[in-house]
Amino acid sequence: MPASPSSSGPLARATGRFLLNRAALVGVALLLPLLAAVLTYPLWMPYRPNDIDLLAMNAAPSAAHWFGTDGVGRDVLARTLEGGRISLLVAVSSVVLSTAIGFLVGAVSAFGGRFADALAMRSVDLAMTLPPVIFLLVLASIVGSGIWSTVVVIALLSWPVLSRMIRARLLELREREFVMASRGMGAGIGHLLFRHGLPNSIDILVVYATLQVANAILLEAGLSFLGLGVPPPAASWGNMLNAARSTAVLEQYPWQWLFPGGALVLAVLAINFIGDGLRDAFDPRVDLN
Amino acid sequence: MTEAPLLSVRGLAKHYQTRGATLKILQDISFDIAKGEVVGLVGESGSGKTTIGRSVLRLIEPSAGAVVFDGDDLTTLSGGELRRRRPRMQYIFQDPYASLSPRMTIGEILTEGLKIQGIGSRAERLERARKALEQVELPPDAINRYAHEFSGGQRQRIGIARALTLAPDFIVADEPVSALDVSIQAQVVNLMRDLQQRLGLTMLFISHDLAVVEYICDRVIVLYLGRIMEIATSEDLYARPQHPYTQALMSAIPSPDPDLARKREILKGDIPSPANPPSGCVFRTRCPKALDACAAAVPQLREVAPGHVKACIRDDIGYPEP
Repeated sequence: MPASPSSSGPLARATGRFLLNRAALVGVALLLPLLAAVLTYPLWMPYRPNDIDLLAMNAAPSAAHWFGTDGVGRDVLARTLEGGRISLLVAVSSVVLSTAIGFLVGAVSAFGGRFADALAMRSVDLAMTLPPVIFLLVLASIVGSGIWSTVVVIALLSWPVLSRMIRARLLELREREFVMASRGMGAGIGHLLFRHGLPNSIDILVVYATLQVANAILLEAGLSFLGLGVPPPAASWGNMLNAARSTAVLEQYPWQWLFPGGALVLAVLAINFIGDGLRDAFDPRVDLN
Repeated sequence: MTEAPLLSVRGLAKHYQTRGATLKILQDISFDIAKGEVVGLVGESGSGKTTIGRSVLRLIEPSAGAVVFDGDDLTTLSGGELRRRRPRMQYIFQDPYASLSPRMTIGEILTEGLKIQGIGSRAERLERARKALEQVELPPDAINRYAHEFSGGQRQRIGIARALTLAPDFIVADEPVSALDVSIQAQVVNLMRDLQQRLGLTMLFISHDLAVVEYICDRVIVLYLGRIMEIATSEDLYARPQHPYTQALMSAIPSPDPDLARKREILKGDIPSPANPPSGCVFRTRCPKALDACAAAVPQLREVAPGHVKACIRDDIGYPEP
């Protein structure tokens, strides 16, 4: 019998490897306080994001307003935190949506037979050949602006890459003997997909989802910056940057774009570190060393 | 045999269409297996042994032919009907590393079939998994471990246990010991023989190891390039091989007695490509006793002794005297 008293599954071993990755831990150390601040700010912030302080318009950072105020006297710190909420909400929901679409399309493609495969992959090709910026603009102008339409637009733009990766993984998996054994015991497509397909694609899904969150934050910021994403007065990192884009603000009131921009860069960087760490942790070749 | 056979294979064929060529992996395979019988399937690499095993259980779709299992032709059943009959026939894989999911515990692997078939509660399924582990002589605490924590021989036992959890009547064992160390092979072969006898299993035992086949099988089918060359009881086949190919195989079994150095028949060349098989008898290109007539027609299986059939047109070749 094996000597080790406790059994560790593949997931537990991946977690162990992740905890040894310094860059990934730095990412976690950056992201966790940011997340905590964004989620809890109504409990300790004296200002709401849309409170107007008419006595302090375009005020520089001070003891009263740590990050300063914007052109109509709203607290930049409160708006940056609220913007983080919106940005992360949009990013996470769009990633959940696009991961679900990507997985299902990939699964249908791999398990659904030749015709379904051809149909699914041609639509992936189509979705990937469309120039992203133009696709985004057209979609955004059709579904309009707003938080949920931004979520839909970002999700529709990002699922094709995932569905290709899932298809490749499941095609390989389909020929593996333990999957054949499962079929030999009478497994239908649902069982194969969720008991074998999903656990064996979890590495792809987690890594994709993490990196895609960072990507979605940037896309949301881009959309909002163009005025097609989250509309004001709601705050998001993107529309705060949009509001601060005039030359006068850029030069004279740098805190109005520096802080939301900084938060954006910090969040994206941290999530990318974590995503890279997860990718390394799930790499089966690491076990060979 | 007066009773109807449990498994009856008729005219089974498997062809693969590739660019410009049709690969005829199996052609016109017909044989019966009686209830409780162990039938060996031998042949060299690429002869189509695994393809037969998988086609018989419809793990791959045969191109033609019928597989009648206990009265039902499996090749015409719908997906749902086939799935309901799956528990009665199980497959044991050659590679104990590829055949167990790395992401499931042994308990999950052993209860998977019961869960798929909706048999029992969770506790009952685990109980049956423990019983299956006991049957293959593994400790019950293996249930919470992962496959990578076990050796090749132990993993193969887990594969056998998985096949047993559904209480099958018929098992296809695809070279169950060829991936194992020689010292472990004997254990696993003995285990399979015990289980077969104790549970009254019917078995198709695929192997290229003639000694193992002789030990475990009642009857043996000799396969070459996707066609059956000879079928006989093991006793008869090993004592009196009638087909030149079988004779060559038999002379290749190493003898432990150096004084009994047999005249070895070494076959020349390699097995031909299934994309372009020889006309007539597929073995004629390597057969030491081939005649011109061998190229003319595909020899049919015919009885040369009671219960002993061969696909060879020559009657004048008996078996080589020792």
